[in-house]
Amino acid sequence: MSGRAFAVAAVVVIAGGLLVAGLGLNQYYYFAAYVVLQYVVLATAWNILGGYTGYVNFGTPAFFALGAYTAVVLIKWLKAPLLAQLVAGAVVAGLLGLAIGYLTLRLRGVFFSIATLALTVVLQTMFVNWEYTGGARGISLARPATAPFYGSYVQFVFAVMVILAVLAVATAWCIERSWIGRGFAAIRDNEEAAECMGVPTLRLKLLATTVSGMLMGLAGAPFPFYITFVEPASVFDLNYAVNSLAMPMIGGTTTWVGPVIGAVLLGSAQQIATVTISSELNLLLVGVILVAFVILAPEGIVGLVRRLSRRDPA
Amino acid sequence: MSAEVFLDVQSVTKRFGGFAALNGVSLSVRRGERFGLIGPNGSGKTTLINCVSGTLRADGGRIVFGDQDITTLPAHRRTRLGIARSFQIPKPFMSMTVVDNLLIPLEYAAGGHGAAAMDEAMSILRLMGLDAKARVRSGALTQIEMRKLELARAMAARPKLLVSDEAMAGLSSNEVDDILAILFRLNETGITVIMIEHIMRAVMRFSERIAVLDAGEKIAEGGPDQILADKRVEKAYLGE
Repeated sequence: MSGRAFAVAAVVVIAGGLLVAGLGLNQYYYFAAYVVLQYVVLATAWNILGGYTGYVNFGTPAFFALGAYTAVVLIKWLKAPLLAQLVAGAVVAGLLGLAIGYLTLRLRGVFFSIATLALTVVLQTMFVNWEYTGGARGISLARPATAPFYGSYVQFVFAVMVILAVLAVATAWCIERSWIGRGFAAIRDNEEAAECMGVPTLRLKLLATTVSGMLMGLAGAPFPFYITFVEPASVFDLNYAVNSLAMPMIGGTTTWVGPVIGAVLLGSAQQIATVTISSELNLLLVGVILVAFVILAPEGIVGLVRRLSRRDPA
Repeated sequence: MSAEVFLDVQSVTKRFGGFAALNGVSLSVRRGERFGLIGPNGSGKTTLINCVSGTLRADGGRIVFGDQDITTLPAHRRTRLGIARSFQIPKPFMSMTVVDNLLIPLEYAAGGHGAAAMDEAMSILRLMGLDAKARVRSGALTQIEMRKLELARAMAARPKLLVSDEAMAGLSSNEVDDILAILFRLNETGITVIMIEHIMRAVMRFSERIAVLDAGEKIAEGGPDQILADKRVEKAYLGE
């Protein structure tokens, strides 16, 4: 996709999203669509580190929750507006990404993944024991009395999430097309060779963990005003780790469009399953689909489509 | 040939646990020289090259390149200074096309970009006879093509010192001649070349000077004729 086509698509999606937000449909639809869009951000963020550089991160909940709790603190302490929560959530989670990158990226492969898993546990324990943010019981938060621009606050946060999703995907798109993206791919393919070909591997990996962490924090920051209740068990949910990994894997990890496809398909399927079957079925659904894809289409939907179209005698 | 020392390896030591892979190895390569590095399997040739290119950090000794001490410099900085290497076991960027493999060093080490970098990549591929494969994913190359890609990629870093680590293993004798011709041509443009090779015919023909490693120590250094006549070298290769 050319730069212009991408920019046009981004503008159309944002305009469409803002318009839909104003339609005043059944509130449930905004609620559900918000979750799907949140996964577009998380999956795209995960993919910048996991798909582009090949470092598998199991710590999505840590970054997501840190974004959410940063917002909680700002709301409780300063009654800060949503924009401030977004910026702060992104910055704090980005700093966590930088710190974790610095501490763990000398570890390779599976050891990095284990460290990110541990990170989630450590951070969750911290928030369970921090009374200011409600501890293990969680904390209820009052939204502002009126929503800006829209009839209800849910419509407003939905519109915000549309913009964040486009922002995340645009970030991934820019990285992918630049020398940075090629450097990431070189690290993924062979780190030793990349370093010997002049790629500053440590610095690029730190960039990847920081950007990825920032976007995950950004996904988490509107969460308190979306749901008005934050507790460790829900924001540190294993679902975030599994989904943000499964969605790019199902869509395809080497391009920006993969996580988007995965998040929209899997996210929607989960929302539908929650309503029609049971909310407990979600993880099972993800598990089965992921196993099927790993076996049948290891390069995801994008890889599958490419393979089929190449076979076409076009 | 000028006598200026370009790469100065000063009593470099590298240990893996209790095993000394390199034990105080010193050698100096002059600017513009064609230098051969030989020795039996496990004698420390690749370890030495890893220490020079920065893949491994030397435990002792010093490495000076030009007028700069590079002993503790990370590998990517050394590449930017002008040291490029090929790997004995090819390590291509598998998911990329052949030409994209060359764009990595062109962009990251040689400061090239855009269409000019692409042109340069293509001309290197032509030189190596890989231009027909430019758009093929490098993971789909044959073993021999991968070896050529290794060398092509190292050349794309626009090195001042090129280290060729067994670039010719497995190649037919015609192909060995082709690679030799390319290395000679590169050397004529002023690039210093260190060749690690088991194909004696090639090293002897190519090198102005040769160093011989055995069990982590340098046992001989000199011109090809000197090395061939050296009793210690004969013993290292053939035993008593």
